[in-house]
Amino acid sequence: MARLIHSSSLAYAFGFLATMLWQTPRTQGAMEVAPPPVIQLTAADKPGDDGRAIVLHWASAEGAPQILLSRTLGDEENTSLVREIRIAAAAAALAAGATPEAAEQAATDAEQAMSTNHELGWKFIGVASGTEGRLGFEVTDLPAAANGFRFRAIASRDGAQSAATETAASVVTEIAPLFASRIPLMVAVIVLTALIGWSVWMACRVRAPQLRKIAALNAIDEAVGRATEMGRSVLFVPGIQDMTDIQTVAGLTVLSRVARTTAEYDATLEVPTTRSLVMTAARETVQAAHFAVHRPESYRADLINYVTDEQFGYVAYVAGKMVREKPAACFYMGAFYAESLLFAETGNSVGAIQISGTAEPSQLPFFVAACDYTLIGEEFFAASAYLSGEPAQLGSIRGQDLGKLLAAACIVIGTLLATIGAFAPDGSAASAASWLVGALG
Amino acid sequence: MLKRTIPLLITALAGAILIVAYFSPATTNWGEVVTDWMNTLAAVAFILGGGNLLFVNLEKISSRRAGWAYAAVTLLAFVVTLTFGIFKIGAVPNPQFPATPWAGDYESVRAPFGWVYEYVLSPLTATMFAMLAFYVASAAFRAFRAKNIEAILLLGTAFVILLGRTAAAGILTGWIPVDGPFAILRLDTLAVNIMQYVSTAGTRAVMMGIALGIAATSLRLILGLDRSYLVSD
Repeated sequence: MARLIHSSSLAYAFGFLATMLWQTPRTQGAMEVAPPPVIQLTAADKPGDDGRAIVLHWASAEGAPQILLSRTLGDEENTSLVREIRIAAAAAALAAGATPEAAEQAATDAEQAMSTNHELGWKFIGVASGTEGRLGFEVTDLPAAANGFRFRAIASRDGAQSAATETAASVVTEIAPLFASRIPLMVAVIVLTALIGWSVWMACRVRAPQLRKIAALNAIDEAVGRATEMGRSVLFVPGIQDMTDIQTVAGLTVLSRVARTTAEYDATLEVPTTRSLVMTAARETVQAAHFAVHRPESYRADLINYVTDEQFGYVAYVAGKMVREKPAACFYMGAFYAESLLFAETGNSVGAIQISGTAEPSQLPFFVAACDYTLIGEEFFAASAYLSGEPAQLGSIRGQDLGKLLAAACIVIGTLLATIGAFAPDGSAASAASWLVGALG
Repeated sequence: MLKRTIPLLITALAGAILIVAYFSPATTNWGEVVTDWMNTLAAVAFILGGGNLLFVNLEKISSRRAGWAYAAVTLLAFVVTLTFGIFKIGAVPNPQFPATPWAGDYESVRAPFGWVYEYVLSPLTATMFAMLAFYVASAAFRAFRAKNIEAILLLGTAFVILLGRTAAAGILTGWIPVDGPFAILRLDTLAVNIMQYVSTAGTRAVMMGIALGIAATSLRLILGLDRSYLVSD
């Protein structure tokens, strides 16, 4: 405790000293001439945000390459400072031999002195460039402050500093109902949701859409059948990410189908996982599949196990298992990184039929090169709907395609506008293209 | 009913809250609460994972199943590293609090935990990663066999990129003037153009499909259309 008080007092003392030094225009040295102060400093709440940003502007600070900025404290920061000052004053009084009552009074006096000291309660927030074209600064990550914030700017050149300029009044931030920068994305989500909803409704009420054949999904039965005939196991790798990654979730929906087929064929399915939550979810999925084909007794939880969170530790385990046990069919469905080719090449070397699916564009070429079948990007996410054959799920695929059509239309319109803008003299097409990029970007 | 309805409700509620929280500043805290719940679950599941690792490997050793020696090595490594880490055995004393062993730096290479990480785990990890080079070579050998038109195109493109990214580009086509009408035929320029226009366009098309696929999959899960991960009643 004594050590804490000691360090707090030191921090307070240094902070006070720094504030006083900062306040004093420094003109020492023949070459260090203080620049003129910043003029017309204004602060305004940034609209359309979560109430944690304020934008500062100033008219000029002639010849000052740097503007030093500070702000008043937020509510919690202020409370913390009061506590520090009280502790420091009480500790000093106790050290001088004062009674506890006298120390308490010293703390109260120090707090009152603080409230009248204008120089306390400022926090340095950053340095803005004072050069041409940068006469503004966005203050972000502001804490809560019921009375708002005031700001102070000091022009600086070669170590010499001008007098401080403060904003005229406190600025209170407001929380907007929506993030302005995310409204275009919100509109896109609403449109896509509406398209998918309409497509699902149409599929349920009118006619379910026909999907083209996806070879990789049709090959699941073939792969499991081969494993059954050879008396070897089926290996399913659900990627190396946690349940927070949608690819893992999509992988588990494919696992559901694979597990159902292995349960029907009475084949052995092994699912090593790299995250314990994935292990739990995979067990639930496989158990559900066994129940669905009325073979709950054939479900074995110990075949779905957690290995390690370490990427290459997991690779070593799975590759070693492949080499030793030689599974007849390997499925790689989920998020993969550098390990994709290590798995696929090892599987290839043991002669397994391999089916992969991922939405990592950088890993797709490796899977395409080394696996027998690959679900590329959106095919992977469509797998669940495709395998279920339910009209509602198939309808959602049509909605997804309508969204793609809309995106393609935006690309074509944007390309045309940009091309016309390159030749049109008035610039209206170019500005329309810029607006489109801004709205969608 | 409970085994399906409650998970469906949780999925729908958590998904809807996270979407709303992303767009509305007033509900950001709701999203943080959902994330906190997720982290709590993950922490509990982590214990479950550790327990599973112990159980599976102990079972393998006790039944002397094939490869039980590997299980013994895994268990030994797990227990030793866990003990070093949790109890901070041999941690380098903190200069500020030399009398408090728990304040020591256990991640330093001078501490057993840090030493195991630096001199055992890291080299093993690097070894596994280094094997990738050989796998790339063997996969490329199979993929680039010119058996049809598509494979020939793939082979040709890969050849141009490989040459364009090495010193061979300068040796073979360096004589073509950079600002001349045939500059586009320089291997380094060709490689850049293929990567910048052809490859980028293809990647973006895939990315667009992926983004829409993610949105549709998320909606299917939130709306409860996709229930394949749930136990039937």
